[in-house]
Amino acid sequence: MSVPDSAAPNLQGRDLRAEDKRVEEIIGTLLRTGVILAAAVVLIGGVFYLARYGSSPAHYGIFLGEPGDLSHVLAILRGALELHPRGMIQLGILLLIATPVARVIFTVFAFAHERDWTYVVITLIVLALLLYSLGAWHL
Amino acid sequence: MNTIELTLLVFLGSIAAGFLGSLTGLGGGVVIVPLLTLAFHVDIRYAIGASLVSVIATSSGAAAAYVREGYSNIRVGMFLEIATTIGAITGALVAVHLPLRVIAIIFGLVLLYSAYISYRPPTEELHAEKTGRYAALLRMDSSYPTADGFKDYHVQGVPLGFGIMYIAGVLSGILGIGSGAVKVLAMDRAMHLPFKVSTTTSNFMIGVTAAASAGVYLNRGYIDPGLAMPVMLGVLLGSLAGTFVLAKARVPMLRTVFSFVIAALAVEMIVNGLSGRFSH
Repeated sequence: MSVPDSAAPNLQGRDLRAEDKRVEEIIGTLLRTGVILAAAVVLIGGVFYLARYGSSPAHYGIFLGEPGDLSHVLAILRGALELHPRGMIQLGILLLIATPVARVIFTVFAFAHERDWTYVVITLIVLALLLYSLGAWHL
Repeated sequence: MNTIELTLLVFLGSIAAGFLGSLTGLGGGVVIVPLLTLAFHVDIRYAIGASLVSVIATSSGAAAAYVREGYSNIRVGMFLEIATTIGAITGALVAVHLPLRVIAIIFGLVLLYSAYISYRPPTEELHAEKTGRYAALLRMDSSYPTADGFKDYHVQGVPLGFGIMYIAGVLSGILGIGSGAVKVLAMDRAMHLPFKVSTTTSNFMIGVTAAASAGVYLNRGYIDPGLAMPVMLGVLLGSLAGTFVLAKARVPMLRTVFSFVIAALAVEMIVNGLSGRFSH
């Protein structure tokens, strides 16, 4: 069967679109899962938090800054594992921050799969910046 | 006021903020900081930290829906995220050294601009006749779904767009907002992307930009779990409700009302900043 010449570029375009579509659907699922998971962890931590500290006075008008065990990635993980309520909420927040990071990591693989090396490099730069902001250089 | 009462009030306020942010398309962050600082007298640094968390939540939630419809341009988004993340990190590091009143005043000005953007009638869509030099190099041209099938579009103005995106990132890092209004400006005015593409790509980028700022704020100890918890959950619920309302009805009247609410908040932030209420 012969395919008319004019149909060839269209066909190729559609294949690429199907590929993009698949990538987009995975990204959509990834983002939604991340947000739901993070919200669930924050909610559970929140219930414990209010059960323990609910009747103590609130103090957000005075800025003290959070202690190290609530501001560094590894320390937050440790606190959450020990079931400290504030540590659990902070773990949920960390999961939320990790959601766009996971999306970027996935995009690196998607571009690599398409052999689009320019964009693999571009995406890796964004990833490095994100890890830098999260304090990966001084963990 | 004890913790449980304050948490409940902040939660309800955050629902309203998320609802407002979703209806105006400005995002919850724009309303959260004025709400927390002006109504609940929260220190502006804690307010910005909590706001950033809610911005990541809503933008990721919304992006999850948009990305499936095939509007967002992942290449454009990814490339410009270099500018917004560098900007966000710069902004977050600079914010630590800025006097609080200066942050409040910048916030007010950005809020005024946002109110204006959401109030004014939609501008005409710009179309690029041909692909710009850098856009060609980076293969940014794409297509998007319309009523009559996929339509191709060209991209131009990449260096200018990149520059504006850096500023959007800096503002996001200093103020704890998504800077959606500035991002859209870069994409539909400078780079001539179709509206649908620029708004969805902007939303897509906001999560990454806010995550970069949030990382710095978290490490600095500016994100308080007790405060971030009701803000994040409230804004998520509120913006979800907003999305349902938007899907059911067009709300030009509501948008106008909310634009004025936001403008009023902006003026109050600036006045409070000038009178030094934020510096202690």
